[in-house]
Amino acid sequence: MKEENINFEKAMQELEKIAEELESEDLDLDTSVKKFEQGMELSKKCNEILNNAEKKITILINGNEEKFDVNNEE
Amino acid sequence: MEINPITVEELNKYIKNKIDGDEFLNNVYVKGEISNFKLHYTGHMYFTLKDEKSLVKCIMFKSYTGYLNFMPKDGMKVCVLGSVSVFERDGVYQIYAKAIKQDGIGDLYEAYEKMKAKLENEGLFKDSHKKQIPMFPNTIGVLTSSTGAVIRDIINVSTRRNPNVHIRLLPVPVQGLGAEKEIIAGIQKMNDEHLADVLIIGRGGGSLEDLWPFNEESLARAIYESEIPIISAVGHETDFTIADFVADLRAPTPSAAAELAVPNISDVRYTISTYENRYKIALKRKVQLMKLRYEKCMTRRVFKEPLQNINEKYILVDNLVKKLSTDIIEKLNKAKIQLSKKATKIDTLSPMKLIARGYTITEVDGKIVKKSEELNIGDKIDLRYIDGIIKADVIEKISIKG
Repeated sequence: MKEENINFEKAMQELEKIAEELESEDLDLDTSVKKFEQGMELSKKCNEILNNAEKKITILINGNEEKFDVNNEE
Repeated sequence: MEINPITVEELNKYIKNKIDGDEFLNNVYVKGEISNFKLHYTGHMYFTLKDEKSLVKCIMFKSYTGYLNFMPKDGMKVCVLGSVSVFERDGVYQIYAKAIKQDGIGDLYEAYEKMKAKLENEGLFKDSHKKQIPMFPNTIGVLTSSTGAVIRDIINVSTRRNPNVHIRLLPVPVQGLGAEKEIIAGIQKMNDEHLADVLIIGRGGGSLEDLWPFNEESLARAIYESEIPIISAVGHETDFTIADFVADLRAPTPSAAAELAVPNISDVRYTISTYENRYKIALKRKVQLMKLRYEKCMTRRVFKEPLQNINEKYILVDNLVKKLSTDIIEKLNKAKIQLSKKATKIDTLSPMKLIARGYTITEVDGKIVKKSEELNIGDKIDLRYIDGIIKADVIEKISIKG
């Protein structure tokens, strides 16, 4: 879980880096195309991470983890 | 022996009469700290006066509150002048305050300020130690009461922002003596077992003593030591606790804490899509730029009329060849003229011309004699004429001076 997190933040940083590189005048066309493909691939991965997270609301009681329903606790 | 019971009402009335009859209690001057202060809409003030060991209820009726030169607040250290009496219905005695005087700042408040200064000096509040809240945490650990508005607010806000978030609640008491010990244990459990990417420690607002566990030094140190970033959401807007200062991020309310911990997933998606757009635009621009450069290149003359340069060079060569041939012809003509001049000159100097005019050449054995002294009497000489040679002998020599 922790690692995926770092990956996501790194991926977002990488997305920014690729954008800056692509927008610079110096990059030749071949490298630009490669960077473009790399960036699109990465953005796809980021979206996958977002989609694959799982909704859970749990409560830790005496070392056990249970589903938590806030309405039942009233 | 039979004892006749009295009613509760009778008991309370009896005590009230006793107390009301006590001259000392009719006019007391009590110092303590205000807590649970409430200004009722009727204008009466209700509060508790306390010190470290005891507390007593107080009420100040509207008829007296107009004379106050300050608004009482929780934590204020005050001296209250009034009378002690019994509220019969509830069986409680309380001070009916007639006047209140401020008495410096409350002890608890003082302790809070002292602790704050101490930990600040130690560097526990330093920004450089504050950990970054992860951009996209999968699991939000929440340390708060399992009942009440705090956890509900956090769940509502979190799931609204990201329907896929995992909230892991570790229920802890958030007020009362020793509550901080359970909060500390919760922080340590979350850290030891890596149960969350970010922690929210929260409770609603309250009086200084309600919030006191969050001012405990041991909790401050546990927050400082936590490897998981911690967002504090203790109190409401204006209540700052020590925990708020030492936490990696302070949220004014539990809802705000959830907003800080959970990214709005549609915002994140939008951010990602803006990158995709930037890539597309950048690549398109690059291609356009290349095309433009190519077109500009192709408009240049070398590409438009590739033979022009060569043709120009041809003309140049032709001109040069032309110039060269005229130069040579000129030189040749000059040389011809000079040659004919020289030939004429040579012609005039020719001995044959002299001979034709009547001069003769004297020769001895085929060699031309230039001076008379070369000859002696008796020498045989040849005299050359235009039309023949005469052989002769030298018979006399006459020298001419000069």
